[in-house]
Amino acid sequence: MTAIEIPAPPSRWRGMSLPWTVPTGAAIVLFWIAVAVLSPLIAPSDPIGQDLSQTLQPPSLAHWLGTDNFGRDVLSRLIWGTRYDLMMGFFGVLFPFIIGVTIGAVAGYSGGIIDAVLMRLLDITISFPFFVLIIAIVATLGPGLSSFYIALALVGWVSYARLVRSQFLVLKQSDFVLAARCLGFSRARIVFKHILPNAIMPAVVFSMSDAVLDILLGSSLSFLGLGIQPPTAEWGIMISDGKNFIAQAWWISFFPGLAIIILAIGFSFLADGFAELLGAKD
Amino acid sequence: MHRYRFVITRPLQLIPVLFGISLVTFVLTHMIPGDPARILLGIRATAEAIAAIHEKFGLDKPLFVQYFYFLKNLLQGDFGRSIIYRAPVLGVVADRIMPTLSLILLAVIISAILSAILASIAATRRGGGTDQAIRLFSTIGLGLPSFWLGIVFIMVFSLGMGLFPVSGYGDTFLDRLHHLILPAATLAVSLVPVITRNLRASLIAESTSDYVTAARAKGVPAKVIFFGHVFRNSLLPTISLFGVNIGWMIGGTVVVETVFSVPGLGQLMVSSIFARDYLVVQAVTLVLALGVVATNFLVDVATAVLDPRVTV
Amino acid sequence: MALLEVEDLTVEFGTRDGTVRAVDRVSFAVDKGEIMGLVGESGSGKTVSCRAMLHLLPGWQVRRASGRAMFDGQDLLTADEGKLRDLHGRRIGMIFQNPASHLDPLMTIGRQVAEPLIYHKGMSAKEARVEAIQLLRQVGIPDPKRAVDAYPHQFSGGMKQRAVIAGAVACQPDLLVADEPTTALDVTVQAQILRLLLDLRDRTGLAIILITHDLGVVASTCDAVTVMYAGRIMERAPKAELIRAPRHPYTMGIIRSQPSRAEPGRPLDSIEGQLPALSALPEGCRFHPRCEYAIAPCRSGEIPLDTVGPDHAAACIRWRELRGAAA
Repeated sequence: MTAIEIPAPPSRWRGMSLPWTVPTGAAIVLFWIAVAVLSPLIAPSDPIGQDLSQTLQPPSLAHWLGTDNFGRDVLSRLIWGTRYDLMMGFFGVLFPFIIGVTIGAVAGYSGGIIDAVLMRLLDITISFPFFVLIIAIVATLGPGLSSFYIALALVGWVSYARLVRSQFLVLKQSDFVLAARCLGFSRARIVFKHILPNAIMPAVVFSMSDAVLDILLGSSLSFLGLGIQPPTAEWGIMISDGKNFIAQAWWISFFPGLAIIILAIGFSFLADGFAELLGAKD
Repeated sequence: MHRYRFVITRPLQLIPVLFGISLVTFVLTHMIPGDPARILLGIRATAEAIAAIHEKFGLDKPLFVQYFYFLKNLLQGDFGRSIIYRAPVLGVVADRIMPTLSLILLAVIISAILSAILASIAATRRGGGTDQAIRLFSTIGLGLPSFWLGIVFIMVFSLGMGLFPVSGYGDTFLDRLHHLILPAATLAVSLVPVITRNLRASLIAESTSDYVTAARAKGVPAKVIFFGHVFRNSLLPTISLFGVNIGWMIGGTVVVETVFSVPGLGQLMVSSIFARDYLVVQAVTLVLALGVVATNFLVDVATAVLDPRVTV
Repeated sequence: MALLEVEDLTVEFGTRDGTVRAVDRVSFAVDKGEIMGLVGESGSGKTVSCRAMLHLLPGWQVRRASGRAMFDGQDLLTADEGKLRDLHGRRIGMIFQNPASHLDPLMTIGRQVAEPLIYHKGMSAKEARVEAIQLLRQVGIPDPKRAVDAYPHQFSGGMKQRAVIAGAVACQPDLLVADEPTTALDVTVQAQILRLLLDLRDRTGLAIILITHDLGVVASTCDAVTVMYAGRIMERAPKAELIRAPRHPYTMGIIRSQPSRAEPGRPLDSIEGQLPALSALPEGCRFHPRCEYAIAPCRSGEIPLDTVGPDHAAACIRWRELRGAAA
């Protein structure tokens, strides 16, 4: 019996050298994950405990990044805040990713009326300014982290759906899928084993830049008072806290902003590097 | 000129989207738990007022009928009354449009100029140190939280150097411009990296195209080739990118207006959320969504004007 | 003295496999009013040699170009940017295989024809537009007053090529480099474009280097022919002589494989094998692996271009024996 060979799906990774952005980005993100995990061990003091004798202290040996208007240690709050902001990046991506990939796959594979309906839904969603719709949903559900995740899930899926759908449209016509179909493989097997692993890569790459957006959105919401609520240590809240003291105590707002930027750069580097690996245009 | 016929036909195609937008806004307001009348009127509402609201919005009827009431009121320009401002929502919202529009316009102008300069430098010195620096800047710029950047700008340019006012809007045109420059610059920083990257890539791609060789073969000076041919052609994809990103920018105004206390739609939205003035929130959401739709329409028109091949 | 004299032109590219020679010591000359056909398969170096001479190859591609290309007493290869820009479009024009991609889609035809007039003759946009209408009429574009404001996408392929030609000859250059100007066009349009080029030559004394792989085009248009293969010149002769009595087996091969020579019921002759890669050129005569007349000496050493007769040279050590073999 002759073995029937299915043409191999295009492998894009082989023979490419890793761009420097990937290890650099990974190192930055891993650093923050370590900070988040180890925060009880490395934070010099309680992130919420107030010490009214120590308010608005500039950075010093006792308080490396100074203290805020309640005498809380900015460094400790920053370290503890890592947990929330990393989480917003992670869960902010996770739900939209799952929903978007599913919708994109269904629309792309089935086509016809289902595709048309899902795409109209997408059109309507993207005609809202992204952040405004998020805020409007959060306003409806009431401020808080869970509202933020729900809002993101309701709105954020569109980018993933679009990416995956366009990949599906191309891949379902490709040789290796036609071959698999000729061999009588089941629909589920074709979708999950043959198309999805190839179609999902652009979405995975996008999820890294999306993480940057979600961290920015989440901290923005907290800054506006619609996200995580004080006195929780979270970077957006810290910046908001310091807003009224910028003339006397710039450090309260300054350092958490820097933390956001560094974390964002980590994800951006990963996104850039993987996009390069995927052969996306410069 | 029938090439521009779509200026009339295109808005008609937008009607389904407009329906969708109104439906989403309607659903959002009705997802708030509790008696909508009480929510809309606040806790101190009288029984008569509540009855009137029930009548007006058809609150006793099934949900889809309520939607038609909602649409009917909307088409009549009746957005209801604000419980905080004690005035028709339409007027309250309309008063806030100008500051937001000016802010966005100024930010678009700033980012267009900045992106054009940066992308041109990067593309013509491709691979060099300047190019790398510009790329690094755009990576960092993507992750800059605008609320933080706004505060830093205030710290440096307003409190430190005293160049710009800390917050507010101003009265005369120049005064307003003076007030809006910092917020607009803050907003622009989130857009510049995206546009710069895209424009740089287009410029590089276009500068290797055949018509550039043909222009060189005719003895056209390098500067004219760059600005007259390469740049013009690169502008088309960049303009559509502007359209895609305008939603992001409008979202940014919500934050930036709050930081700089600009009395625009974004600030109104946030303050109304805290005041539970839901009809205002609803109207602002609707107006901002219309802004996105209108911008995309303008982008279509701009593309058609710039590109003779386009006939929509 | 010839208008253009190319001597030992060598062009090297940097590639991933190291430096390759796309053009190797190529020499030819073009007289005023002469149409010289530069013939060869794609990859033979005919386009590269002309573009390198005019500095119209993408800058990052060329490693080195050496030799001399004397145009009116000036070496094009060593000319600086300013001098070249002055020659481009004013004294040397160029037209291309794919007119569609060589026209800027966002600029009117008239403006693109007028460009050389504006930048070389200092005409105002208005004057240049009037002149452009005149030029469009000369290259046979109907209703030039309307065509001047049209955009490229509104033109057919043949019309686009006419427009490109109008731009290239706007300043009445002495030399026109025509890189496969008819390859992308319909057969009937091909003939029209060739007739237009002949007409331009007759009217203005324009010299033309006609790059083509089509001997039919050569036969109907050229005065002299240079045949290139793998970066080297194989044979050079006046057109009639080359077609009547080719002396190089490669020339014989391409003459035999012309579709116009096909007879019903007999397979069309073709040259076996493929053009070698520039990174793996054979020793000796570059054509020998595909040559039915190849003998041991062909496989090593340098095969020089030998004089066969007046204005006729061939790079084959057996040219004397091969007399008449083509028939």
